[in-house]
Amino acid sequence: MKYTVNEKGYYGKFGGAFIPEMLYPNVEELRTRYLDIIYEAGFQKEFQKLLRDYVGRPTPLYLAKRLSEKYNTNIYLKREDLCHTGAHKVNNTIGQILLARRLGKQKIIAETGAGQHGVATATVCALMGMECVVYMGKIDMERQRPNVERMRILGATVVPALSGSMTLKDATNEAMRHWINNPTDTHYIIGSVVGPHPYPDMVARFQSVISEEMKKQLQEEIGNPFPDYVFACVGGGSNAAGAFYHFLNDEHVTLVAAEAAGHGVDSGESAATTALGKPGVLHGSKTILMQTDDGQVVEPYSISAGLDYPGIGPQHAHLFDVGRAKFVSITDEEAMNAGIELSRSEGIIPAIESAHALAAMNKFTFEKDDVVVVNLSGRGDKDLETYIRWGKY
Amino acid sequence: MKNRITDVFASGKKNILSVYYTAGFPTLNSTVAIAEALEKGGADIIEIGIPYSDPVADGPTIQESNKIALDNGINLPMILEQVKTIRKTVKLPIILMGYVNPVIQYGIEKFAKDASAAGVDGVILPDLPMDAFLEEYKPVFDAVNLSNTFLISPTTSEERIRRIDAVTEGFIYAVSASSITGAKADFAGPQLQYFDKLKQMKLKNPFLIGFGISNNATFATASSYGAGAIVGSAFINVLKASTNISADAQAFATSLKTKA
Ligand SMILES: Cc1ncc(COP(=O)(O)O)c(C=O)c1O
Repeated sequence: MKYTVNEKGYYGKFGGAFIPEMLYPNVEELRTRYLDIIYEAGFQKEFQKLLRDYVGRPTPLYLAKRLSEKYNTNIYLKREDLCHTGAHKVNNTIGQILLARRLGKQKIIAETGAGQHGVATATVCALMGMECVVYMGKIDMERQRPNVERMRILGATVVPALSGSMTLKDATNEAMRHWINNPTDTHYIIGSVVGPHPYPDMVARFQSVISEEMKKQLQEEIGNPFPDYVFACVGGGSNAAGAFYHFLNDEHVTLVAAEAAGHGVDSGESAATTALGKPGVLHGSKTILMQTDDGQVVEPYSISAGLDYPGIGPQHAHLFDVGRAKFVSITDEEAMNAGIELSRSEGIIPAIESAHALAAMNKFTFEKDDVVVVNLSGRGDKDLETYIRWGKY
Repeated sequence: MKNRITDVFASGKKNILSVYYTAGFPTLNSTVAIAEALEKGGADIIEIGIPYSDPVADGPTIQESNKIALDNGINLPMILEQVKTIRKTVKLPIILMGYVNPVIQYGIEKFAKDASAAGVDGVILPDLPMDAFLEEYKPVFDAVNLSNTFLISPTTSEERIRRIDAVTEGFIYAVSASSITGAKADFAGPQLQYFDKLKQMKLKNPFLIGFGISNNATFATASSYGAGAIVGSAFINVLKASTNISADAQAFATSLKTKA
């Protein structure tokens, strides 16, 4: 079974590049050049050095003892929350800004939901002295205010997306429109494994450092690079794609993707894409998305801004379709409880997105000697207000 | 392929005016009256938009008309019913323009069959890539005589324009600038150079220029390079402000076609 992209830009039935002709030259330029650029020795040297000295990689793989006792198994946390800027998103933005420079682009645009990708983009733009415009849904700007100000401190312009549900999907629409209007001098740094080919594959490759490190660290720690389980949350799916990447062909590793069920899968307020969605086209790729019978995109809901997206990346749609990854739905309440549980048992306040991955462990029964890795995609600093409003701690 | 679209272009007519509007906007049932008024006003092609929740190639004007139409409760089956009604009186070519996802959900084959039966002559799906079209859609569209129109823009390479020309039967939609839809006051120098380049390419298909056509002057300029032009946002703005849709739609078409 092949789980990575084929030469036509598809993962099984999913993927492709469903974009208006105005974007074709940009996307085609990326498609024909991305692999040569990112595997060129000079690029790799610069990329690896920044990951080490600037991002702080490798991130630790931490054996969470008290959490392991509770679940009566061996739980390791991959500490992406310790990355500079507080989440895995920066792995991708470092890669893409180096790529943008090699493509001769001067300006950067991005969309953001929780603000983590926006902050990670604003950060690398400051680092490289490039102009940065970030689109963010008006609703998300309100619920992730500290990140809006972080982007501004870093010198980025934050533009509110006022259309549709005023969340991540609409910010993505606005960024695509901006790119159509500015096709030659601008690179669009997409923040997840979504968008037209080659974005899903390119972003997955930049994030694949997560599972590359996991394997090495497990080898050192337990003498075996393979865990029994890998858990990750899925908004668009970039942290999950990175955490799964080097295990895709090792079928004995169970891959678990946690989707946001919001108030419950059947509540009408949910972002559980595989549970509620059907195949369709969104933001340039054929994938699974939440939509009406008429093919209008449904406005999702999750307490977590980073998971509040009606689609998933096409590779995840394929992993779901062929059963390679197990998809579970986690409600707001389950995620918040898991976030507080981790805070109390390990002294780590996770991002609410990552708390969905932690909560997903409750849907499984582990053996005593199982090795379970949870990708802790980000830290909870940005979510303090949501934790405070939640109140049950 | 032979249908009302190919007939219009084969007639050798100049200054072809294609007018876009959104089905179900400003009211659910205004679709039919607008088509009739456009024909009376002298339009040559009618482009009816299938509203979509996430119209990425559209500017604020058409985003809003899409949203209002969806709030009014329009959907693709209703649009096909409206086209049937339009076809009782209107002889002009009718094109459905929209994003690909609603078509996928309707079912590609069923869409082609039902659209053609309702009296649709062509389709414009800006986010349907050429390769996917050739594989999955073209045989189905060809079987029922539906033309498919591709967009090209100033950044489209000459080689790609030729490829698009080769697989097109009908006309090519030349987007006037690197931009999303929206009415603009005038064309800039580089746009005119691009129109001229297209003219010099002597494509097998005629081209219509669209995006940014707002009035009689921009229509006349665009038509002097191509077979004619397409107007959308400017007409949506007229409909939005109108208290007499039929009269204003007819007058709008007439005003564009009247030589300044
Ligand atoms: C901490 C964290 N985890 C996960 C996500 C979801 O994104 P993805 O599914 O691409 O990893 C986000 C998005 O903002 C995030 O900030």
